[in-house]
Amino acid sequence: MSTIGVSVPRVEDERLLRGEGRFLDDLRLEGALEVAFLRSPHAHAKIGAIDAAAALALPGVVAVIDGRETAAALEPMVFDIAKIVPETVREATAPQVRVHPMPALPAERVTYVGQPVVMVVAESRYLAEDAVDLVAVEFEPLPAVVDAERALEPGAPLVEPDWEDNEAISFSFERGDVDAAFAAAAVVVEESFRSHRQHPSPIETRGVAAGVDPQDGSLAVWSSTQTPHLLQDFLARWLHRDPERIRVRAPDVGGAFGVKHSCYPEDLLIPFAALRLGRAVKWAEDRAEHLAAATQGRDQLHRIAIAADSEGRILAVRDSAVMNAGAFNLLGLVVPYNTFTHLLGPYDVGALGFEMRVAVTNTVPTAPYRGAGRPEAVFAIERAIDRLARQLGADPADVRARNLIGPEQMPYETGIVYRDGSDQVYDSGDYPELLRRACELVQRERFEATASERRRIGVGYAIYTEGTGVGPFETARVRIEPSGTVKVFTGASSQGQGHRTTLAQVAAEALGVAVGDVEVVGGDSAAVPSGFGTLASRTLVVAGNAVSEAAAAVRAQALEVAAGMLAAAAYELEVEDGVISVRGRPDATLPLGAVAGFLTPFNPARPRGAPPELAAESVYRPGPVTWAAGVHVAVVAVDLPTGVVEVLRFVIAHDCGRVVNPAIADGQIVGGVMQGIGGALHEEIVYDESGQLRSGNFMDYMLPTAGEAPEFELVHLDTPSPLNPLGVKGLGEGGAIGPPAAIAGAVEDALADLGVVVHRGPLGPSRVRDLIASAASAASP
Amino acid sequence: MADPGAAREVRLSVNGVERAGTAEPRLLLSDFLRHRLGLTGTHVGCEHGVCGACTVLLDGEPVRSCLVFAVQADGAALRTVEGLAGEDGELSPVQQAFHEAHGMQCGFCTPGFLISLTALLEERPQASEEELVDALSGNLCRCTGYANILAAARAARDRAAEGRA
Ligand code: FES
Ligand code: FES
Repeated sequence: MSTIGVSVPRVEDERLLRGEGRFLDDLRLEGALEVAFLRSPHAHAKIGAIDAAAALALPGVVAVIDGRETAAALEPMVFDIAKIVPETVREATAPQVRVHPMPALPAERVTYVGQPVVMVVAESRYLAEDAVDLVAVEFEPLPAVVDAERALEPGAPLVEPDWEDNEAISFSFERGDVDAAFAAAAVVVEESFRSHRQHPSPIETRGVAAGVDPQDGSLAVWSSTQTPHLLQDFLARWLHRDPERIRVRAPDVGGAFGVKHSCYPEDLLIPFAALRLGRAVKWAEDRAEHLAAATQGRDQLHRIAIAADSEGRILAVRDSAVMNAGAFNLLGLVVPYNTFTHLLGPYDVGALGFEMRVAVTNTVPTAPYRGAGRPEAVFAIERAIDRLARQLGADPADVRARNLIGPEQMPYETGIVYRDGSDQVYDSGDYPELLRRACELVQRERFEATASERRRIGVGYAIYTEGTGVGPFETARVRIEPSGTVKVFTGASSQGQGHRTTLAQVAAEALGVAVGDVEVVGGDSAAVPSGFGTLASRTLVVAGNAVSEAAAAVRAQALEVAAGMLAAAAYELEVEDGVISVRGRPDATLPLGAVAGFLTPFNPARPRGAPPELAAESVYRPGPVTWAAGVHVAVVAVDLPTGVVEVLRFVIAHDCGRVVNPAIADGQIVGGVMQGIGGALHEEIVYDESGQLRSGNFMDYMLPTAGEAPEFELVHLDTPSPLNPLGVKGLGEGGAIGPPAAIAGAVEDALADLGVVVHRGPLGPSRVRDLIASAASAASP
Repeated sequence: MADPGAAREVRLSVNGVERAGTAEPRLLLSDFLRHRLGLTGTHVGCEHGVCGACTVLLDGEPVRSCLVFAVQADGAALRTVEGLAGEDGELSPVQQAFHEAHGMQCGFCTPGFLISLTALLEERPQASEEELVDALSGNLCRCTGYANILAAARAARDRAAEGRA
């Protein structure tokens, strides 16, 4: 029986339900010291004298470390990925990318509020925080710049004084005759749309702990990271140590969504302190630190124009975007280039002109947040299509349908180079069918029946494509134990996605064993020699295929040995439920575990030269990304007097290839959608003009609650990916891509007779009331 | 006068077991449970009373343990996620419902939800849909989108009703 495509209950749940999970702050390290940071209260300032005497005099305080001290030992941090630009990308878009390294602790200058300045190590977190209050740092405030557009104006304060301006990245692209298309167009719409800044904010914040092995001095690091292997490599480089002597483990991780992917100053500083002090050291981030100092997402402004014929066929798109990188350009092209490659999404458009400028500012760095540049692209294009439909007086779903790439056009070459350097080709999918299915499920009338003069109902759409399963590689090792247990070791770690279950299903399928007999081990740099991690909707594609290949290789090995043991030919054997049998000889059976046992070196009967165990390793290197897609439709009610927007129903038609575990897949999608709803309605990171954070706690940065959850309706249209043996596509991020655009469209639809245009979110009550008021005043001369 | 900041002994019962530990007056109940008593199932997500991950039952009432000082709980009876399963180790109906409905992903918020829902269903076994949503609106989950949590809550309620019938 196939184990793929079945909603196997999660093996992860039991421990978590009993309160037996082991998250970072649950780890008990003998005698561990704890850390608190003094963080910059200024967006931009020179650091003057630092006086730590009073702090050091406090009983229980072990060390106070500042940037002048770390400067000698720790080079400023840069990530290779920030500098990688494939040759084909260079040819196609001529990117200019500038990176300035980020000190773990700055010695001279702070460049954003929340930046760590002084690290205090004490016997407890309470004492460390007391001591932070006693450290006196002289700051000399400097002019700050917060807004990306402002940062790009001449004369703006410089975030990095070695640069002549604040531009960190620029690139542009043109395909087809854009000017001619605009000149010939029957209709042109042009608008600005902003994707406001948001925060991933998993419920577990970040944390790092480190200790030194008393015997061999090797370093043990625990981090709530998405990428243990990357962190291991990073620490080896920055601490100048042999990677073999650093073990990084991610314990249970309480959600991530991109924010636990980067290597942060704290990831380096905690191990540094442990090595320097020769003691275990732990830091658990608190929510205020998380909101102020962990990477944020979005923050793009698009000026987008569409040229169309009178039927609403899009002839050309022109888009000029500006993105805010925050104080450091951490990851280079990753997010802005994603925006570019996802702008046209499912639409067949002849001509495209695109340009992107990324500015550094005195705000916390931005980095991938679930969707990583895609929600921004989709917000711009989908909002513009809504405007086009409005101008034509056409149904927004019809206008979309007229422009979709058809299934007969697959594989579809977009004429764009993807960020990995390969040509961007949509491998599979049926976008018109996705849209049809979604539209069938909207049930607008049911909600219209509840409408009134004050309660307006609206429907909005968003369609997106998503490149998933990006390389470079993932490793998996599969071993069958003499007990019959199958162990799967992988470089991928989990932050709640249920990989221990889905990867077990993949292995079980390839081997012919029960899912319950498979145990998945990940999140440990010692589990496999090299690995990558979980990000960018890649794990099922990359780790999944690695597991499948390794499991198939072990199966072949087992059959070869078993053939000898059963006096049969390998091709006559089959495996079911962990038992090998010979076709046509019902009595000739052998458990897989027995084959593993037969191979143990202590068995005198084992064949000479046979391997000592039943195990295989596979490194899966995917080719180009495989393309998932989705259609989101939001039905909202807007209450005119209060401006309250309620999302009533949210329809999702989704194509993520072959589905391994439907319940888990649906859970990923719905969870992503809810994050998108939060961003569309409430969540916004706000800095004032001086760079002070105005949304530094959960009262001001409002996550959605169960009370805001709409009814969800999901439909799958699964076109297996032709690009990988399992036929899977990634799905971790898709849910978050569409909601901001779909909800904005729905609110605009609900308020259409008032002439409201939504240029940005979040659509909280006061913004909606303002929109209504300004539309009214524009209407009355 | 004695030092007002000095640690004092706190005695309470947790999940039916008498426990004692020392706590400075400023020590949060959440930290006392997690770091003094080693009961790390109660999680801390915000430390300012919004996320609900730290919810425990204090003398039967759900409270946010990050907003209570340990010394305030002296003499109280607490119930935490570690005490939800039956004596025989069997998952409680609420726990079981979360498993079956896939009401959790990372599981970090889960203990708080389990406690909030347990408290509600013990007081109002036939809680209405509105009451369910209301009781769970004080807990934040960033992974699930709540749909399956609400499904789990309904299932737990209905199962409890069947059990009584
Ligand atoms: S940790 Fe107590 S409410 Fe968030
Ligand atoms: S399951 Fe991750 S926060 Fe709820």
